Amino acid sequence: MAPVLRVDDLSVSMTSRTGELVPVLENLSFTVDKGRTIALVGESGCGKSMTALAIMRLLPDGFVITGGRVLLDDEDVLTARPRRLRALRGNAMSMVFQEPMTALNPLYSVGDQIAEVLRYHRRLGRADAAEQAVGFLKAVQIPAAEQRAQAYPHQLSGGMRQRVMIAMALACRPKLLIADEPTTALDVTVQAQIFDLLAQLQDETETAIVLITHDLGAVAELADDVAVLYAGRCIETGPAQQLVDRPRHPYTSGLLACVPHLSVGTARPEQWVDLGEIPGMVPSLGARGPDCAFLARCANAGAICRSRPQPPLHDITAGHAVSCWRVAEIAA
Amino acid sequence: MIVQDSMWPVAGSPYLLDVNDLVVHFRTGRQRPWSKPSFVHAVDGVSFRVRRGTTFGIVGESGSGKSTTAQAILRLVPVTSGQIVFRGEDVMPLTGEPLRQVRRHLQIVFQDPFSALDPRRRAGDQVREPLDLLQIGTPSERDARVLQLLAEVGLPPEAADLFPHQFSGGQRQRLCIARALAPEPELIVCDEAVSALDVAIQAQILNLLKKLQRERGLTYIFISHDLGVIQHFCDEIAVMYLGKIAEQAPASVLFTEPRHPYTWSLVAAAVPPGPLRDELKARYLVKGDPPSPVDPPPGCRFAQRCPFAVDRCREESPYLDAIGAEHFVACHRKDEIPPPEFAVSQG
Repeated sequence: MAPVLRVDDLSVSMTSRTGELVPVLENLSFTVDKGRTIALVGESGCGKSMTALAIMRLLPDGFVITGGRVLLDDEDVLTARPRRLRALRGNAMSMVFQEPMTALNPLYSVGDQIAEVLRYHRRLGRADAAEQAVGFLKAVQIPAAEQRAQAYPHQLSGGMRQRVMIAMALACRPKLLIADEPTTALDVTVQAQIFDLLAQLQDETETAIVLITHDLGAVAELADDVAVLYAGRCIETGPAQQLVDRPRHPYTSGLLACVPHLSVGTARPEQWVDLGEIPGMVPSLGARGPDCAFLARCANAGAICRSRPQPPLHDITAGHAVSCWRVAEIAA
Repeated sequence: MIVQDSMWPVAGSPYLLDVNDLVVHFRTGRQRPWSKPSFVHAVDGVSFRVRRGTTFGIVGESGSGKSTTAQAILRLVPVTSGQIVFRGEDVMPLTGEPLRQVRRHLQIVFQDPFSALDPRRRAGDQVREPLDLLQIGTPSERDARVLQLLAEVGLPPEAADLFPHQFSGGQRQRLCIARALAPEPELIVCDEAVSALDVAIQAQILNLLKKLQRERGLTYIFISHDLGVIQHFCDEIAVMYLGKIAEQAPASVLFTEPRHPYTWSLVAAAVPPGPLRDELKARYLVKGDPPSPVDPPPGCRFAQRCPFAVDRCREESPYLDAIGAEHFVACHRKDEIPPPEFAVSQG
């Protein structure tokens, strides 16, 4: 069975003020099967959101796709004409953004905004679309859905708005859903509810999900696979649980070590233990050479890392690939 | 409302700050022109004490009043009623110069380092500003002090001549910390100070704050919605919900034997993925969003979402009762509902 989404060697560049092309994403490849979830993880500036926008062909001005293919059910999205793109977006592939307040139109009721998707793609009449919109609000567990459909975005809480966004994104049963940090702007108890909702809807619709997040610890719950991005390159990819339990790239283990995870039932050590730290920060665009992008921050860097360009991803076990010269020497 | 015996912190007392029955209400618009105005009950009778040299954490969701509490302590919002005793002195009646002198020992670091710095002034000038305003040292001493502060927060001396937009988010937060340190405060309020930062940068800033605390004996009030960060960083923790403290305990107690259903829900949402998380979520994670703090109903604030609520909870507001050494819970049914078992599935 062909994967729902196949991203092949995708490269994106930004046109600088002097007209040069500055690489933003370099040779990114991954696939997502029906009903599966891949998480793209990394710090800000690593190219997670740019990947999402490139797949949706929504890149801002000044950003160009310089190579690669994005196949949605074997159809190349990158060469699709505008009319075809409009037919795909919101229908075959859709997106949930980080901040639901800015992604919803404040001037239309949320019911109308969900109905719009159905009217455009499914050619439903006004009454049918409105009725179905209420059904979708129920599906995302919004209480009193009939009344809420009449509400405007400002009348809803952040969690409700994000539910509306999810309802809208899933209204046409897309093959692919891209969720760009869908819970970052929400309260913790609401975050857990939204993740549960996404997982439950995915069970019902078999939608493939690309989940973008900065919290590597949290992905094990929802994602099947993980791709860790650093400075526009994928540096480690593999099954989510394996990657969280046995990270092999120093950046991945660094990301895991620097998040203080809640531990319950056991007493915390009396003395403060410094959190694992990754010194420095992500190199800025244009400051990235052919060397390993993580070199300057890496505690394990050796002579081999300085003398050669960044290695390509190579498999260490089936499906688990790492881009690191010293992966064999650094104990797992 | 107050269960702690109100011992006034005096010199030599272990307590640096004593907040007593703090109430902050904001007036909002009226439902109709002739109806009574509504009030946001941002903080509704909050009392706690902070020991010298320790970190007091406040955790809660948006609208729980944790930031308003912080701002009220610095007198940055009008306080409706209550008492704030800092270094043995009631700061509530203070205005003007005496208040400014108190704030010298009481500084704050905000969540968003982008809006907390003036984009048009050089970093060094902004770190120096508290020294200028409070007339600390001679002008040349202040220059030297700025460089020393920058070094302490891990910034190079050249940083003094740069503008905020030339720094990354983490560096800007370091600048904000340097500015807060400038007048040598005893207490620093960190209002979601690491929430806007990337995880790797967050760890750097937390380690920096801890280092500064060790070196200078600083006291922190640390506000966050992230239970993992709170657990690692704080000595004592208050869980706030809709303007009230639901539970308060030392960190080691709160996460081994929490007693309030809201704490259980927060814990269920924050435990790392695994069988324990699934079990806790199924039993304790509450549904829906926190209700609006405008004109809240009588009774326990959490009753609407609480899976264990009975009629009494909806009618009568529970007191924050002591149930153990420094462990306080505001729940009518604290003795009836068994707390969650963490140990069984831990392995």
